[in-house]
Amino acid sequence: MPEIRYIDAINQAHHEEMARDERVLVMGEDVGRKGGVFGATMGLHEKFGADRVIDTPLAESSIAGVAIGMAANGLLPIAEFQFADFIHPAFNQIVSEAARMRYRSNNAFGCPVVFRTPYGGSHGTALYHSQSIEAFYAHVPGLKVIAPYTPYDAKGMLKTAIRDPDPVLFLEHKRMYRLVRGEVPEGEYTVPIGPAVVRRPGTDLSLFAYGWMLHEALVAAEQLASEGIDVEVVDLRTLKPLDTETILQSVTKTNRALIVYEDNRFCGYGAEVAALIAEEAFGDLDAPVMRLAAPDVPGIPFSKPLEEWFFIDQEKIATAIRKLAAI
Amino acid sequence: MAVEVKLPQLGESTYEGTIGKWLKQPGEHVQRYESLVEIITDKVNVEMPSPFEGTLTQILVPEGQTVPTGTPIALMDTRDEAGVGAVAAAAAAGVGSRPAATVTSPVATQSAPTTGERTRLSPVVRKLAEEHRIPLSELEHLTGSGSGGRVTKDDVLAYVATRHRATPGSPVAPVSPSQAPGLGDEVVKLTPLRRSIAQRMSQSKREIPHAYGVNEVDLTELVRWRDAHKEQWRTQAGVNVTFTAFFAKATAEALRAFPFVNASWHEDGILLHKTINLGMGIALDDGLIVAVIKHADQKSVMEIARELDALGRKAREGHLGLDDVQGGTFTITNPGVFGSIWSMPIIVPGQAAILATDAIVKRAVVRNDAIAIRDIMHLGLSFDHRIFDGATAIRFLNHVKARLEGARPAEAALGDF
Amino acid sequence: MTAKEAKAQIRPNRHAALGLSDGDLLEMYYYIALARALDERMWVLQRAGRAMFVISGPGHEGCQVAAMWVMDKKKDWFVPFYRSVAACLVKGMTPSDLLLGLLAKAVDPSSGGRQMPGHYGHPGVKILSTSSPVGTQYPHAVGIAYAAKVRKTGEVTMVSIGEGGTSQGDWHEALNFAGVHKCPVLCVVENNFYAISVPLKLQMAVDSVAIRGAGYGMPGVSADGSDVLECYRVAKEAYDRAQRGLGPTLIEYRVPRLGSHSSDDQQERYRSKEEIEEVRRRDPLVTFGTYLEEAGLLTPDRRKSIAERVKREINEATDYAEKMPLPDPASAARYVYWEGD
Repeated sequence: MPEIRYIDAINQAHHEEMARDERVLVMGEDVGRKGGVFGATMGLHEKFGADRVIDTPLAESSIAGVAIGMAANGLLPIAEFQFADFIHPAFNQIVSEAARMRYRSNNAFGCPVVFRTPYGGSHGTALYHSQSIEAFYAHVPGLKVIAPYTPYDAKGMLKTAIRDPDPVLFLEHKRMYRLVRGEVPEGEYTVPIGPAVVRRPGTDLSLFAYGWMLHEALVAAEQLASEGIDVEVVDLRTLKPLDTETILQSVTKTNRALIVYEDNRFCGYGAEVAALIAEEAFGDLDAPVMRLAAPDVPGIPFSKPLEEWFFIDQEKIATAIRKLAAI
Repeated sequence: MAVEVKLPQLGESTYEGTIGKWLKQPGEHVQRYESLVEIITDKVNVEMPSPFEGTLTQILVPEGQTVPTGTPIALMDTRDEAGVGAVAAAAAAGVGSRPAATVTSPVATQSAPTTGERTRLSPVVRKLAEEHRIPLSELEHLTGSGSGGRVTKDDVLAYVATRHRATPGSPVAPVSPSQAPGLGDEVVKLTPLRRSIAQRMSQSKREIPHAYGVNEVDLTELVRWRDAHKEQWRTQAGVNVTFTAFFAKATAEALRAFPFVNASWHEDGILLHKTINLGMGIALDDGLIVAVIKHADQKSVMEIARELDALGRKAREGHLGLDDVQGGTFTITNPGVFGSIWSMPIIVPGQAAILATDAIVKRAVVRNDAIAIRDIMHLGLSFDHRIFDGATAIRFLNHVKARLEGARPAEAALGDF
Repeated sequence: MTAKEAKAQIRPNRHAALGLSDGDLLEMYYYIALARALDERMWVLQRAGRAMFVISGPGHEGCQVAAMWVMDKKKDWFVPFYRSVAACLVKGMTPSDLLLGLLAKAVDPSSGGRQMPGHYGHPGVKILSTSSPVGTQYPHAVGIAYAAKVRKTGEVTMVSIGEGGTSQGDWHEALNFAGVHKCPVLCVVENNFYAISVPLKLQMAVDSVAIRGAGYGMPGVSADGSDVLECYRVAKEAYDRAQRGLGPTLIEYRVPRLGSHSSDDQQERYRSKEEIEEVRRRDPLVTFGTYLEEAGLLTPDRRKSIAERVKREINEATDYAEKMPLPDPASAARYVYWEGD
């Protein structure tokens, strides 16, 4: 089975879905001629033409708004936002319009749009090329939010998202684009939106994460294994709707839960998972539910020592695991 | 201020106690460590010293009632600081030669939780306690493996395994059809001693990989020598000098030569005990009790014989003290008195081996290529195969054998053994 | 020449040149009257405590009917705003449809009672569901038009907004996109000179919205909202452009706002009595009625019969809507996501 990078998986999903269904198109800044600033949409413009691969004006709200209109009239748009940090002007369109279209019209209209955007911190990305946004958007009923980790999942879940009659926000961690590789089969396949997956079974402690944090967590787990702490690492994959069953099953088994997310800690996505566990698995807890998240400062500072202070890496995760295991 | 006096944990495997006699009455002043009440357990009867100085205000548990460890048995009015430590000095010594908790088993220390840090029982711990019918008060007295001594889920599960609280109809023990009472069957309720034996024997078999070594000892010379002198020795010592005393002496010396047989298994390393405290099995009506001869290697046969006699009497009268039964590093059991010729005893938990001395029987054996009739006894050693192997076991046995078989002049004094 | 012939000569007949028949005009007048009567009924219901809230468009009916008249009611798309009462009626919604929404009934086609009144939508007549944040509908309309272009359906889209909404970023982004991609969309702005209480001169630095069309690469035209035929003419030109693939047109209709912004507003607090009176004279129902009278089409009998028809239809619609049930709370959690219909 060929091994490809995360970015290639996303690119392949585009190619396949656009070939499969002529209603699918992609729009965003630089997606056409350039193939995307990261290369996610490479090759599409040549193959499918300017009508279906649209280099939009630099105007995020209309990237979302026009996509919503297209979706109302028979197209299946993929709307790319060059960085998640720049999606905020489209917040109104995504949250007030896309997420609510079906509910407010009593099912008269839906909104089959995929909003795609690279998120998360990498070296030197600083305050405005590194934000995590899942907390804002997972909050809204009517929207689905996914953050796959493996190339296999990225391709399979993006395909599912494109075919989904409801709006899906696809969060691609930019650090994984070229760093994460994985096997992806050559034939047609999809991965469902919804189920989480246990990446590493364990017995002593459950660790829940997604995106790049999952990558760091798996490394930390191996280190802890040699110290005699057996960590179960769960890849959430879909942030909304949340796979409560897998989460609770894991905590029932290990009795300890640690949620790792790279966003600011306060009111971050992990708080919801923590609340869920505390409410539904209270009787199985042998220790408080813990979160490991970034400091509550308005963004990742640029200079290297500041950046390192902010980032969550495998060492910080390992420390948090040890601390929870010792309670 | 008012304080509760709670039933302490006396001995490693006692989890309840019966109030014997209240030595103080409400209204009386009690000094700290003055005897407050007699407590009877399956093993020992103990006079419990008062942990506080003050006035006994109320007796909560009357004489004759049995309550679990940790139950408040009296109220006192005291000027002592609240929550200060040890409940009983004797009980504190009861941890004996067994070191503090390993990761897997909780240690019953005698200190109640200190001020401010009430032991927290997590939800899953409470759930397990309920499932296994363990009163939370019991868990609260454990020092667990979690931070600050917190009892964790693993601690509870280990506690359940060692506790063996078998009551009739317990949901933990499913009853198979053959175990259910049939017509004419009788259910004999378990005494504390029986229950304790059951728990310890089960634990031993479950945790210790038993292996066995046997040898044969020719005691003809010893028998002859003893027969010739036993009346004289009885007068000298004031007690009957039994074969057991000789076995004990020989074993104690062999233990000195084979330190691994006088050891305890631990995950971090095998603990070789410096002192040699021989546990001697004493048969009572309802079970076997082990009384300990401390520093057996430093005592003469006569001293050992005297001690054996005293312990036996105390045991039969139910007056064995905590000190009499704790601290053993090796045990000798004597099924030979009942006629057993070959035994495979169960190792006492915490020890490396147990020696069984079987009956001395006249047998036809080969000596110098001729048939001879000799007094033969089998020595059976059950040993913990984690600590040492068969070679050591047999060598140890041979050491004991050599000591017992040694010929001696007819006029040799007892002290020369 | 006879007196009759002479009279016939001076009778205005602008509509014929525009391709409108007499029948068209009378029907247009009927719709304006219907819309007005519906409007008034909605206010009555609200003031009587039967409806929680009302927002409507008295004064806007003329330009809306005129502009919608150019559209293919079945094939084309309409993206309204909250004053588009008349436009929605012409497009194919009924007075009952609007009253069901006003009374938040279960069978309200716009939203099943889930939205406030004035948030029109109807998939059966291709009116897109709309929301409260002003301006968001403009990019939607542009997207619909783009899809029509790419799919080659021939559909033309009309979107409408007040002049206040043209200050929103979304409005500008939408026009920009439409201009770049030559989307077949009529960008209508119904300028009634007040955004709730904020007058035009505080809303924009220009006198007319139409001038902004140039900034986005499309013609911007302005028409008097009281002159129904002029409104029709500019709409027709824009529609032809769109059909011929020449892209969008920005149309500003300058209309009199006859009433307050909504039932939560009282315009007497910021508009003088004289101004309100003056504005009333430009009521399209009056001005168009005058034209029809002068053209000999709106006789007293016809006026009366139209009035009676309108009254009857509004009454029937009101009775019907009032009888319909409110939504079942058990349905309130449905349709957050697609349920497989």
